[in-house]
Amino acid sequence: MMTSLQRIAAALACREPDRVPFFLLPILHGARELGLTIREYFSRPRHVVEGQLRLRRKYGHDCLTAFTYAALEVEAWGGEVIFRDDGPPNAGAPIIRSADAIGQLVPPEVGRTDCLLQGLETLRMLKEAAGDEVPVIGSVIAPFSLPVMQLGFEAYLDLIYDRPDAFARLMALNEEFCVAWANAQLAAGASSITYVDPVGSPTIVPRELYLRTGLPIAQRTLARIRGTTAISFASGRCLGIIDDVATTGAAAVSVSTDEELGAVKRACRGRLAVVGNLNGIAMRSWSEADAGRAVKRAIASAGPGGGFILSDNHGEIPWQVPESVLLSISHAVHTWGNYPLTWTQTDE
Amino acid sequence: MPHTVGLLIDALLALDRSRVRRILLEAGSPDGLEAAFEELMTTALEEIGAEWEKGRVALSQIYMAGRICEEAIDELLPPREGGRHGAPRLAIATFDDYHMLGKRLVYSMLRAAGYQVFDYGRAELESLLFRVREDRVDILLLSVLMLPAALHIADLRRRIDQAGLKLKVIVGGAPFRFDATLWREVGADAMGRTASDAITLVRRFSGGIA
Ligand code: B12
Repeated sequence: MMTSLQRIAAALACREPDRVPFFLLPILHGARELGLTIREYFSRPRHVVEGQLRLRRKYGHDCLTAFTYAALEVEAWGGEVIFRDDGPPNAGAPIIRSADAIGQLVPPEVGRTDCLLQGLETLRMLKEAAGDEVPVIGSVIAPFSLPVMQLGFEAYLDLIYDRPDAFARLMALNEEFCVAWANAQLAAGASSITYVDPVGSPTIVPRELYLRTGLPIAQRTLARIRGTTAISFASGRCLGIIDDVATTGAAAVSVSTDEELGAVKRACRGRLAVVGNLNGIAMRSWSEADAGRAVKRAIASAGPGGGFILSDNHGEIPWQVPESVLLSISHAVHTWGNYPLTWTQTDE
Repeated sequence: MPHTVGLLIDALLALDRSRVRRILLEAGSPDGLEAAFEELMTTALEEIGAEWEKGRVALSQIYMAGRICEEAIDELLPPREGGRHGAPRLAIATFDDYHMLGKRLVYSMLRAAGYQVFDYGRAELESLLFRVREDRVDILLLSVLMLPAALHIADLRRRIDQAGLKLKVIVGGAPFRFDATLWREVGADAMGRTASDAITLVRRFSGGIA
């Protein structure tokens, strides 16, 4: 039997491991395990580490993650984070109030920013517990996607279309920050970095704009990140830009429920592994049978030949998804995910 | 008309403001400029919204198309005095959520279709209840991005019903697109999958008066 680390390495190399690897990402559920509020849970690295370890013991997935919440990155730039008890925290008011303010903006230094240092501490502790058995995932918000939280979405779209000068300056600052933050995570023990870039998805911007903006930014940024990377579109579409994504150096791409997993896998043609694409939001009301069907369908579409990691389509399981559903998903992967996947030729 | 709509869609997607103006002004209509604008812009924006759902147009293009239409209305039409006679009283809010773009998109679609809308900004349950009663709102449009906010609409609905208010609630935003049954679960009267659906739904609920 392979370790989780070997299993993921085989999948990323677009080969068949012993079983379909499975990234379960219950980011918030650790709070429930520890009987803490979400805010308390995220306030200490040791909580997150304990939560992640308990969740992996329960569900038997193939990763640990140090991701807490996306708004952490604007917190690092001086922004406010708003917590709630029944879901992920969100970024508060924009830290950049006008395009002209970008001229004076100074990116945070990773080594001097408390919230990032906490993240690195979480990674170090997770890596120590993981050893060489299971990968520990680090993540960054792409320079092209971070401004939605830095400025607000509407102001960011106006910036892209109306102020190319200020947009370029912001991208330069964000790229420096992103590279430093990613490399610090790798140095602290992250096995890989998920580059979260949903604004680059054709759901949000047309391909011709991506080719001029998000894509070159991703190419430059990923080239400077000293480790394995994967691109996540956070449940935005990606089929129309797969050939472009394949030029960034990323090893894997996440797939939305809005797209057919098999079609994306075929488009990747062994250049990228695919990660996806269970619907995390619909999952909340799944029965055991629904979970089994969804897992089987995903494995049948993308499992054969390897290069596939089963996961939800966003990179985070909502707080409202019950333990019973996660257990059913886990059970189904362990039942139907063993290679060779002979059943996929006869079944369904 | 179908040909003109096609030209308008192309001009909107190309962000060509002067071409948009030319097409609108040349269209004319026996019912006047305003009616021609509404008809053309509504059809074009609905078509663009439908293309987004199929993955062939991006959200930034919906945003820019709405923005350009609003600019054209402001520049080319005389300011409107009060609401249209017999039109439903509409209000929109981002409910229990910090993400404002969905509301912004729906607002521009409704403006392009000639509706006046109370914009409550970001609103929580109590303030919303107070304002819809105060403004005698017929149709309340809610936009959310986070799942917990979507679920929280069920509490709002309960309070609206307890208060005996007879208003219709139309919801939209990413969680409703990913779970097609969620809108019924939270007690909404309808759900829009894309911003321009608001136009169709408002027309449906106002029984043809507008
Ligand atoms: C881009 C994106 C990001 C970007 C920017 C997010 C932002 N806006 O602030 C980044 C990377 C920063 C990000 C981060 C997060 N994200 Co995000 N993200 C997305 C993505 C891809 C698009 C979101 C967006 O803003 N779209 C623009 C809005 C306007 O689109 P929309 O709501 O779909 O609206 C359209 C229609 O629904 C309709 N509509 C909207 N409202 C209304 C109302 C009416 C009445 C009508 C008729 C129609 C209508 O009109 C619009 C266009 O036609 C979605 C997934 C997706 N595929 O949509 C996830 C998504 C919104 N993210 C999600 C989450 C959870 C997060 C985080 C909380 C993750 C975390 N743990 O930190 C953070 C929060 C960030 C913050 N603000 O603090 C979830 C939310 C649902 C949930 N699980 O609770 C989503 C849905 C992903 C998923 N499938 O689960 N994200």
